[in-house]
Amino acid sequence: MTHVPEARAGQVKLGLVIDLDTCVGCHACATACKEWNTSGHMAPLPDFSPYGAAPDGVWFNRIHSYEAGEGVDGRTIHFPKSCLHCDEPACVTVCPTGASYKRAEDGIVLVNADICIGCKLCSWACPYGAREFDADAGVMKKCTLCIDRIYNENLDVVDRVPACVQVCPVGARHFGDLGDSASPVSRLVEERGGFDLMPEMGYRPVNKYLPRRDPADPFTPGAPPACETRGTGAASVTDPEPMPGAANPVLRWLDRILSL
Amino acid sequence: MHPAFSIIFFTAASGIGYGLLAIAGLAAAFGLLPESRSLAITATVFALALASAGLAASLLHLGRPERAWRALSQWRTSWLSREGVAALATFAPALGFAAIWAFAGDAKVLLGVAGLLTFGCCVVTVACTAMIYASLKPIHAWRNRWVLPNYLSLSLMTGGLWLAALIRLWGFRAIAMEVFCIALVALAFALKEIYWRHIASKPSGTDIASATGLGRYGRVRAFEAPHTEENYLLREMGFRIGRKHAARLRAIARSLAFIIPWIASVFALFAAGPAGAASLLIAALAASLGVTIERWLFFAEARHTVTLYYGRDDADAGASSRA
Repeated sequence: MTHVPEARAGQVKLGLVIDLDTCVGCHACATACKEWNTSGHMAPLPDFSPYGAAPDGVWFNRIHSYEAGEGVDGRTIHFPKSCLHCDEPACVTVCPTGASYKRAEDGIVLVNADICIGCKLCSWACPYGAREFDADAGVMKKCTLCIDRIYNENLDVVDRVPACVQVCPVGARHFGDLGDSASPVSRLVEERGGFDLMPEMGYRPVNKYLPRRDPADPFTPGAPPACETRGTGAASVTDPEPMPGAANPVLRWLDRILSL
Repeated sequence: MHPAFSIIFFTAASGIGYGLLAIAGLAAAFGLLPESRSLAITATVFALALASAGLAASLLHLGRPERAWRALSQWRTSWLSREGVAALATFAPALGFAAIWAFAGDAKVLLGVAGLLTFGCCVVTVACTAMIYASLKPIHAWRNRWVLPNYLSLSLMTGGLWLAALIRLWGFRAIAMEVFCIALVALAFALKEIYWRHIASKPSGTDIASATGLGRYGRVRAFEAPHTEENYLLREMGFRIGRKHAARLRAIARSLAFIIPWIASVFALFAAGPAGAASLLIAALAASLGVTIERWLFFAEARHTVTLYYGRDDADAGASSRA
């Protein structure tokens, strides 16, 4: 059904928080996404002429790089972009077949490839370019938030996170319930001044972006995140214990190593 | 937006077909339709064939055309679904109207009622077509109040010109309808000019700064794209048309869709016999071709917000839409 389900009290909204301060633009998240999803829920993710002059294919996650500001204040910012699992997903409501839907239980936006007619209207309705057409199968494909990982009981609990989050070498990607204001990801957004992309469009994206930490930047207090949200699966999105000596990077690193 | 031939043909041809049926229905309600079985059959079959060909062409755009029937299910939220339902449902009153006009043309009241019903259904169908585009927020050139009146007036104008031409070819005259068509051409022209002015003057309010949220650091430029080659997003939504071509095509669309049909149909008012019929036929043909070019521009000139992420719109925003 292309009705967007009514949000209930305490609605779970699974999504990603992407830290633009720590992202180094390595494209590992895009590669890991492709690797997992080409045999996952929306499989395959076809490639056309992968070794030719003009390779082309379906990717759920793409990493842009921008320059912002001038001179000494200029910055290079790497910018991963995938489906934002919006609260007002026009990609769902425009779908004429009901193939596009938003899950009531966790807010994940999915495509039922068995009934999609490949009209491409959803990709026109998405301001973010999150949906890509699979010319082989004739249907639309998109990020599933690794729905086949986050609830996968065959995986260890720490692995029940999207592939992009698990692989990120700098911990720039965080996964959790953004509907719960007390969740680690929500607190991270709160503390770091996380923002929406194109808020003026009114799609109310669930995924948030964290601005660069910069003492001179009025938008960020410059504090490190209060908690570590990497590797906390949907099944165990809980408030982690406060880390000892959170301000000391060596102790933080030790804490992380010992927590593995 | 990529100007796909299947969609341009769909919106133009079905617009003409439903427009012709709508004007015929309206003319019937005012008692302006001549009684002629062969004219009735020719006009309605021509209109329904155009509408059907348009719908068939729209299927060519689908990745899985064999599943097209599923598109009729989500009319509660989807304008595309509503369009499909309305387009098919309109065939019922249209066929009834055609049968009455062809075989019971003297039953004026019945013909008028069926005509009005057909008119209403056709207008709803064309309105749904327009709303498919007018409902898309990421496309500034489409998400505005002028798209719906544009689609309706162009559909009624082209359909009306075809009906007027057919009536003349059959040797009848319906002066009131011809005058109505001349007024429609002028109205459609004015609405299209207003639309063009609107998209050139009104900023979208979205730019690379709000798309990335990086405007807080100063001017934002795309430094590196995620991929070296064109991908689906850029092919489908990053279509670029040269400013010169846009201006030239707009001039051609203006001439073919509005200026030539208006002059030819005014001329036809004062010309009896074959000259009048020929000039109305020229008006209808020119308008159809002109609307097809107009529709190509409607797609080609429309910019999608996804191109902002590729840094494509900041330098020449709105440039190609000024002509």
